[in-house]
Formats: sequence, structure tokens, C-alpha cells
Amino acid sequence: MTTIIPFGPQHPVLPEPVSLKLELDNDVVVGVLPSLGYVHRGLEKFIDTKDYNQTTYICERICGICSALHGITYTKSVEKLFNAEVPERAEYIRVIVGELNRVHSHLLWLGLFADGFGFESLFYECWKYRESVLDVLERITGNRVIHSISKVGGVSRDLTKEHIDMILKMLDTLEPQIKDIEKVFVNNYTVKKRTVGLATMSKQLAYEAGTAGPTLRGSGNAIDVRETEDWDIYRDLGFKTVVEKDGDCYSRTKVRVKELYESIKLIRNAISKLPNGEITTPIKGFPTGEAIMRTEQPRGEVVYYVKGNGTKNLERLKIRTPTFANIPSLLLTLPGVKLADVPIVVLTIDPCISCTER
Amino acid sequence: MSLAKSPWIIHVNCNSCNGCDIEVVACLTPLYDAERFGVLNIGTPKQADIMVVTGSINYKNVNVLKNIYNQIPDPKVVLAVGACASTGGIFHNCYNVIGGVDQVIPVDAYVPGCCPRPEAILDGVVAALSILENKKKGNIKGKEVPLKGNEVPSNA
Ligand code: SF4
Repeated sequence: MTTIIPFGPQHPVLPEPVSLKLELDNDVVVGVLPSLGYVHRGLEKFIDTKDYNQTTYICERICGICSALHGITYTKSVEKLFNAEVPERAEYIRVIVGELNRVHSHLLWLGLFADGFGFESLFYECWKYRESVLDVLERITGNRVIHSISKVGGVSRDLTKEHIDMILKMLDTLEPQIKDIEKVFVNNYTVKKRTVGLATMSKQLAYEAGTAGPTLRGSGNAIDVRETEDWDIYRDLGFKTVVEKDGDCYSRTKVRVKELYESIKLIRNAISKLPNGEITTPIKGFPTGEAIMRTEQPRGEVVYYVKGNGTKNLERLKIRTPTFANIPSLLLTLPGVKLADVPIVVLTIDPCISCTER
Repeated sequence: MSLAKSPWIIHVNCNSCNGCDIEVVACLTPLYDAERFGVLNIGTPKQADIMVVTGSINYKNVNVLKNIYNQIPDPKVVLAVGACASTGGIFHNCYNVIGGVDQVIPVDAYVPGCCPRPEAILDGVVAALSILENKKKGNIKGKEVPLKGNEVPSNA
């Protein structure tokens, strides 16, 4: 006989209203039914009433954790509608802020993950280190969480010499700190006991389930939009996709830890190559036509589709967020997992419900 | 006096964009360290004294919020964090957003900002402490919020 227990929407481990109905046989999960809609605000409709510049600020508030990359993706897709050439310096500043955003997001996730299996001191450690990234972001953009750096046609603030020194100094202290926490996540007995071999997805399965981001790369698929998409800067900066092949919770964690180093490398390279010049280009008229833009967010690939009709409001904005792609993988991996491990498995896809439901 | 020395909080995420949530969690971590006020983040409403709400309410989560509110024992204080929880914020015109949290449950203190800085949230928590103490002295009870339907408040 099976029992059905609700997991969420209010759950002590997950700050967000994730809601799953778990079908249990003793304490082993046999069936999962996700339920969405607790954070649905209706943003894709809401942009009807805003002009295309104001929509930037709506898009940044789709999700507070990857807000910079939402804003950047949106502005880049609108620039495609205008066929606008954005100054190179602006593109580099976007990459720098975007990667700093990824560092803070991954550190945040590592902390929450540690909290998920009750490793409180590791949780505090990760969040302590994350604060130094937020301090830098606050200096260069003016806000800790919602950055509003990108606008249609360029960026809203320039990087000064002091900003650059501050970023480099922060990275120099952050890197050894990340090495410290990496040791724990990779070698610690407790962490391994809770994550190795848990919720394994084969390479084929992860690909067919349509997962994205670290969930996909943790299963051995070397797919990262930063390397494949037509935003060339990443290739110039020497980006290399991080892959782990085991496909369990442990390797998904390792992907995120290694991506921290990759992001730090990208920021350093972007700063050393930072060109001089303008940071915005004037944009005139109203958008027409359709465009698609894909970028790699901390949680995976995000797709923006925009359609303009020659007025100041966009006709349609459609967003496919990474967590939406990753939720099906939960239905495949959760059966067979013990109830006590469910929070860990749910956390390893790095769920961002407010992105998914918008 | 003892209650205000160690209030336990429950964090409820309604319709928030996560911006406010991560700042609430940041308050509990070493740099801002809300624990120096005796604050402990707790998962269950039945042990909580202060309810920290982020995000506005929508038609699906309104009953979740009421349910959690009803389960918190008296005296209880509600702290609305962020523009969304206070008024609906940037999303107040969206079709699925009813408005600020105070449309369905009584709110004692508001923290403005989108998103508010951790210092501001701590300020709100400290303000909530004295309200909590007063409520205890005056034996003020929160009223039970009926769970009936998802009716829209008249001023929404
Ligand atoms: S107030 Fe701003 S940061 Fe907070 S939940 Fe609302 S939109 Fe997000």
C-alpha cells in the first residue's frame, strides 16, 4: 500500500514554494506529482502595458538570484530586433557582471545544498564568502541583488579603475576560499555519503529529458550555451565547458564548484581585455520583427523570444527558463529515493520556482 | 521580557522574485548575524513568534499564507519585507496578483525596498521585537483568518 504525502509548498529546507506530491511505499518514493503556480504573477502578459525599456526592469525581477543574466538576455534579444551594434566595452561589462552573478548564485546554491543535509557550518561558510561578491556588485552596479546593469543599447554604468582593482582584489581572496570549501564538498565523508550514487541520470537520459545547465553537464553532456551560442565574447575569453560524467548528485555539485573557477577565469580575462570606448549606442524607433536569444544562466540555458509590432510595447515575450527544463528530471530520478533524501535531490537541480512560474 | 530575547521567526515566500528571500537568508548568516538578537529561523509555524513574509499574494498561495498565519500561536507579529509584500510592488498590476500581504492578514511592520538591504530587514526585525513584547503584555491576540475561497478583497 502506498501513502501520499505533500512536500511543500512551505518546506523548512527550501526557501521557495516547491510543491510535490510524493507517493511513498514505506519510506521509498514511488511516484511524484509536481504542482506549480504558487509564484505565478503573469509577467509575460504584464509587459503589454510597459514599453520595451521598462520591460528590462520587469525581466530582472523574474528572479532575484540570476537577475543580471535575465536583464542581459532580454536587452540582447531586443537589440537583435533593432539590429543594433552594441559597443564592445558594454559587452565586456555585461560578461563581467554576468559572471559575478554566477559566482554569487553558485555560492548561494552550495550553501543551501549544505543546509539541505544539515551541514550548517558549511552553509555559513559559503554565504560568508558570497558576501564579498555582493559587496563588489553593489559597488559597481548600485544594488546587491537587482543590478539593472544592462539596458537596451548598452550598459547603464561604466567600470572605473577603482572598480577593476576592487574586483581583482576580491577574486584573489575568493579563490583560495573556494579551494577551502571545494575540499569539503569533494572529499568530506559526510557529504559523499549523502550524495554519491544518489539520483543518477545517464548521459542519454539527461539529454532526452531535456535538462539544462549543471544538471545536464553533470551527466556527461558537454553542452553549454556560452560555448555554442553566437555571443562570441565567451569564445574569445577562452571559456571551456565543465563536465562531470557520473550523473549523480555528487557530480552535479562538482560541476558547480568547478564552474566557479571557470567564471573567475572569465572575469579575469575579460578585465585584461576590456576595450576602451563608449558604453551605449543610441537606439531610435520601435521594435519590429522576431528574435530569439539564448544565454547560459547559473541554472542552465534560458531562451528569450521577443516579437515587436512597431509600437513601443512588445507584442509577445516568451521565456523558457532552465528550471522548467529540469523539473521533468525530478520525475525520473526521485522514484527509488528515500524520503529523507528528497530535499537533496530536489536541491541538486537548483530549482528556481519564481523563474519557472514567472 | 524573555520572549523578545529569543524570538523565533518563520520565513514565508509568497509571490516573491527571490530577491527579498536571499536577503532574508543573508540576514541570518555570519556577516549580518540576526542570531545575535536571539533570532532563530524555524521551519514550523507552530513554534514561531515572528512571521517574515516576502512577496505579494496571488490566487493560489493566499490560502497557504492564511493557513500558516492561523497556525502561529499568540502573541504573533507579521513583518512584511519588500515592496511586493507591502503593496504588491512592481507587480501590483499583474492579473494574478491580489496585492500586498495586508489585504488578507494583519501586518505589524513593513520594510520598504526592492529589495531591502539586510540592515533594513534587521531594523524591521528589531522593531517587531518591541511590538511582540507589547502584544504579550496587553495579551493581544491575532484574529483567526477564515480560509473561505480565494475571494478578491474589495479594494483590489
Ligand atoms: S520587492 Fe523587489 S526584490 Fe523583493 S520580491 Fe518584490 S520584486 Fe523581488
